[in-house]
Amino acid sequence: MTSISLARRGSGRSGAGRRRRMASEQFAGWSFVTPGVAIIVLFGAVPIVWSALMSFQKNNLLTSNTPFIGLKNYQQMVHDPVVSQAIQHTLVYTALFVPGTMIAGLFLAVAMNRKIRFINLYRTAAYATMAISTISEAIVFIWLFDPSYGVVNYALGKIGVPAQQFLNSPSEALFVIVAMTIWGWTGFAVVVYLAALQGVPRELLEAASIDGAGAWRTFRRVTLPLLSPASLFLAVWLTINALQLFDEVYLSTQGGPLNATMVLVYYLYDQAFQQFNFGYASAIAYFLFLIILVITAIQFWVGRRFTYYRS
Amino acid sequence: MSEPRAGGAALTDERGEAGGRHLAGAPEASRRQRARKKRKLPFSPWHLVLIPASLILLFPFYWLIVTSVETPSEALHFPPELWPHVLRFANYVDAWNSAPFGHFFLNSAIVAVTTVLTNLVLCSLAGYAFARFRFLGRGVLFAVIMATLMVPFQVTMIPQFIITKWLGVHVLAAVGINHLGALILPNAATAFGIFFLRQFFRTLPIECEEAARVDGASRLTVLFRVVLPLATPALATLAALTFLDSWNNFLWPLIVTTSTNQMTLPLGLATFQGAHSTEWTLLMAGNVMSLVPMMVIFFVAQRYFVRSVAVTGLGGT
Repeated sequence: MTSISLARRGSGRSGAGRRRRMASEQFAGWSFVTPGVAIIVLFGAVPIVWSALMSFQKNNLLTSNTPFIGLKNYQQMVHDPVVSQAIQHTLVYTALFVPGTMIAGLFLAVAMNRKIRFINLYRTAAYATMAISTISEAIVFIWLFDPSYGVVNYALGKIGVPAQQFLNSPSEALFVIVAMTIWGWTGFAVVVYLAALQGVPRELLEAASIDGAGAWRTFRRVTLPLLSPASLFLAVWLTINALQLFDEVYLSTQGGPLNATMVLVYYLYDQAFQQFNFGYASAIAYFLFLIILVITAIQFWVGRRFTYYRS
Repeated sequence: MSEPRAGGAALTDERGEAGGRHLAGAPEASRRQRARKKRKLPFSPWHLVLIPASLILLFPFYWLIVTSVETPSEALHFPPELWPHVLRFANYVDAWNSAPFGHFFLNSAIVAVTTVLTNLVLCSLAGYAFARFRFLGRGVLFAVIMATLMVPFQVTMIPQFIITKWLGVHVLAAVGINHLGALILPNAATAFGIFFLRQFFRTLPIECEEAARVDGASRLTVLFRVVLPLATPALATLAALTFLDSWNNFLWPLIVTTSTNQMTLPLGLATFQGAHSTEWTLLMAGNVMSLVPMMVIFFVAQRYFVRSVAVTGLGGT
């Protein structure tokens, strides 16, 4: 191995050889990256700049000219009552969905992190929710929560609670969507937490118990801090996905009833591909991007203080 | 991730008590232990938690299947029958006849498989070049790719739609609106894939590659014969994640597809739901049919899917 690398270095030192090698590396580099990068530039980078420009234009597909109108789209957004409703619903949804999924995932992962009988069956039950598409999930939950024939109302009736309107009720619809998405993401959270739990070294847990810590204290003081990188990842990942909620809303309520489930991405979709206000929709898209950036930055900033990295 | 072992919190509980025994001055701990012994269950108490939890997780699937084989009048019976009395498989025939589920499945399969293959090839090429070659503009190109990785899809979807429409009219109809190519081309290479493989390639020892080069292998041969065989775990992860993403993608197909014959499963199912929103038995039969392929794939390759998701969560390979 030494002689090979010496030989290589030797040929590299002679001027002409090195130049030829560098030229061929230039050529190889560019030909290797061009196909992939071309696609990403065309469908990623160009659209980023384009939609930024569009957000300053009046562009509604009906007229061919798209005049620049400065900050008009953004001003319209500030005064649009639906936008403020959508922001509110998106944030409420995120604030319920993210901790809900994390707690469910953590609880199940801790329960499933042991060698007992049927454990693979239990785990598979959780993983199964990862294989179901958002559309299938939404259709099942619309049926489960059907106000007239749904099995959830039947179960509530058993414990003496009157039948609810669920997705037809402005005060309940968003919570039904929270429930269905938590169910849909539980498998994901379980997998992430289970993997992290397997990385917790036994020595630390043994040391804690020798020092007299009980099960709960060991979990609280040793396991949980060791899981903090996984928790931070889940918090960020789930939040990014929650802020982009769309599929379930499209399927179940289309933003209704009375805009009760109008979230940012649904409104953006509606403006872009139902009303064809591309300029206005682009402004909303950039606003969404800003929200995601700010919240993610806060999470990383706060998370840094509570996250414990072993290495 | 290897086969999960019972570690972590499992040990917390048992060791907590085992440790207590060794502590001479801990009468409370030993009292607790004795109390536990007296009412010891013949099985792990965790079953008492896991059985109800699994039932809750599985109930939507159960209810989906039950409704799919009920008669319409049985489905609209309240209180609901928790167990079907007659199995009416005709629902499946009806669903199959009222929407082209076979077509949807085929479209989904074509799009997902092609997207996985193009991603494996294009991201390997680009990721390897970014990891190993020095060329003019490498830093800038890589920064551009990283920037697109951060931006949510909603920001780019309107220009993507306009570009796709333009490409279909002026360049190649097969990648335009209402063609499967429109679902493949924009996702044929992803910033995540390039970044992910670059990170992996950088962890491989460079000596093998150098030795192969000295022996006269071309750069392409080195990548395909030396590097990629070493990178199978990373490639499997990328394949699994790309497949899941492509298979479940909804918003982009919704935007660029209006013709029923070009719909993928999620979009076809959503359209089917729109047309039969109150025919629950039909709807659930269609739902089961569109769910089964992914369920089968998922459980056959469960190891890969689970590991792939775990890998993204652990931020490495």
